[in-house]
Amino acid sequence: MNPLKSARARPGETCTVSFDGRPLPALPGQTVAAALWAAGVTAWRSTRGTGEPRGVFCGIGVCFDCLVTVNGRPNQRACLVPVRPGDVIRTQEGTGHGDD
Amino acid sequence: MTEPPRLTVVGAGPAGLAGALAAAARGVRVTLVDAAEQAGGQFYRQPAPALGARRPQALHHQWRTWERLRDALARHRAAGRITHLTDHHVWCLERESDAGPVTVHALRGPAQEVGVTVRADAVLLATGGYERVLPFPGWTLPGVVTAGGAQAMLKGGLVLPGRTVVVAGTGPLLLPVATGLAAAGARVAALVESADPAALLRRAPALAAQPGKLAEGAGYAARLLRHGVRTLARHTVVAAHGTGRLEAVTVAALDRDGRLRPGSARRIPCDTLAVGHGMLPHTDLAETLGCTLSGTAVRVDAEQRTDVPGVWAAGEATGVGGAALALAEGHIAGRSAAARLHGTTPDPGRWAAADRARTRLREFATALDDVYAPPAGWADRVPDGTVVCRCEEVTAGQVRDAAGTLGAGDLRTVKLLTRAGMGWCQGRMCGPAVAGLAGCPLTAGRRPFARPVPLGVLAALPEKE
Repeated sequence: MNPLKSARARPGETCTVSFDGRPLPALPGQTVAAALWAAGVTAWRSTRGTGEPRGVFCGIGVCFDCLVTVNGRPNQRACLVPVRPGDVIRTQEGTGHGDD
Repeated sequence: MTEPPRLTVVGAGPAGLAGALAAAARGVRVTLVDAAEQAGGQFYRQPAPALGARRPQALHHQWRTWERLRDALARHRAAGRITHLTDHHVWCLERESDAGPVTVHALRGPAQEVGVTVRADAVLLATGGYERVLPFPGWTLPGVVTAGGAQAMLKGGLVLPGRTVVVAGTGPLLLPVATGLAAAGARVAALVESADPAALLRRAPALAAQPGKLAEGAGYAARLLRHGVRTLARHTVVAAHGTGRLEAVTVAALDRDGRLRPGSARRIPCDTLAVGHGMLPHTDLAETLGCTLSGTAVRVDAEQRTDVPGVWAAGEATGVGGAALALAEGHIAGRSAAARLHGTTPDPGRWAAADRARTRLREFATALDDVYAPPAGWADRVPDGTVVCRCEEVTAGQVRDAAGTLGAGDLRTVKLLTRAGMGWCQGRMCGPAVAGLAGCPLTAGRRPFARPVPLGVLAALPEKE
């Protein structure tokens, strides 16, 4: 059993996004975080201070731990932003502005 | 013909929906403003339409209630009585005078870069709540998520955080999270609950009035058994382990005083820990309007009115108690607002059933709060080196120094000394932990902006007279 089966989902056609340069499949309607989770990725940010990896924590847009760079724009909450075909998703280092 | 009065409802979860429906049915023009793409809130969070889920109810509870709410919302929208603004993230409410219109400021779209304002004669705040998580070593590792977060990602995105999950913490939310993840295909290695659920049975009066809740509890117990989920009551997660991501957790038994039982620690391999220690109300918008709080929740009267004229509140924002309570409170708020907006005094006898449900469910929520309190001594067990403020990477040791050596006695002073609570989440995640470590009360943080707002949106606001 998996969640798609259990909800009897018939998602639209799988699209491709890239994560740190490698192609990943994504389902239309999923958030960036959901697509990354489905691909087995759990971390896509390193913290400003100690550079520790982070990913989803609260899952509802409150904690800002899942910040990620999408199409060159840093500080996007991966748990809120829907994935689009061809999205270029990159691990966000620190502030995401290349200033650390 | 005069224009119908206007009510803005903030939040489309159970409380907001019940309020919007009750008001719309009584001659009020309602604007329902909500951050999600679809109504439902967290409890009835829906999968994205593009995922084509033909049986979303497999991931839900009380689906028939949802169908009733959803269909009524569709009817009112079709009739023009409710306008539903989806994907609108409210950051501030303002009112220029006690009798003047209430202005809602929101950011539109997932990028949240476009400002929108909505004006109405009154507002119902149904802003819901968010999860409290208390820190322990390793809680910042990828793979450690909040219990509600794991559930939200499952319901909304039809994804699992990993293959082998430990569900831990305290509170009634852990049961649907554990059974939901198991039903969706995860292996739930253990449900680790720090409280003793049997203590609930000793709260006989509160339970005797809740046959529905007893049946619900029995249902969860049966599902846990069916999925082979082992429940460790009066246990707690001592640490999460892993390099770069979660690989295992250590759990240990608690004695009656909340201390760890020596020699009881054991390691459970897992790639996911879904953890939570209860819920907190979202009160930022109410506070900005000047509503008085009671503890960490918005204070309301028997009609669900706050102490600011024209401002009602319902659901978790007025005290955490679950979806059924939120429905009753929202219904009462909607009816009261409709009557008041038409210039009449409502007759509470007309909502007697909702009133009885509200009384009963609030008593039950109080009993749950007593039973599912975080274990005594949790704060003493957090080592100095553990990060407490996840945004600003402030450790427990730094918070203790601020409170001890430097004498900080409240959250604001700790924040000024350490930066704990000064980051992106504005202290929503670390507030309870900082309060516990510093030995000060958990007070609601004053946040004039409920979320980050682009400077361009602020600059584009019309100037005041």
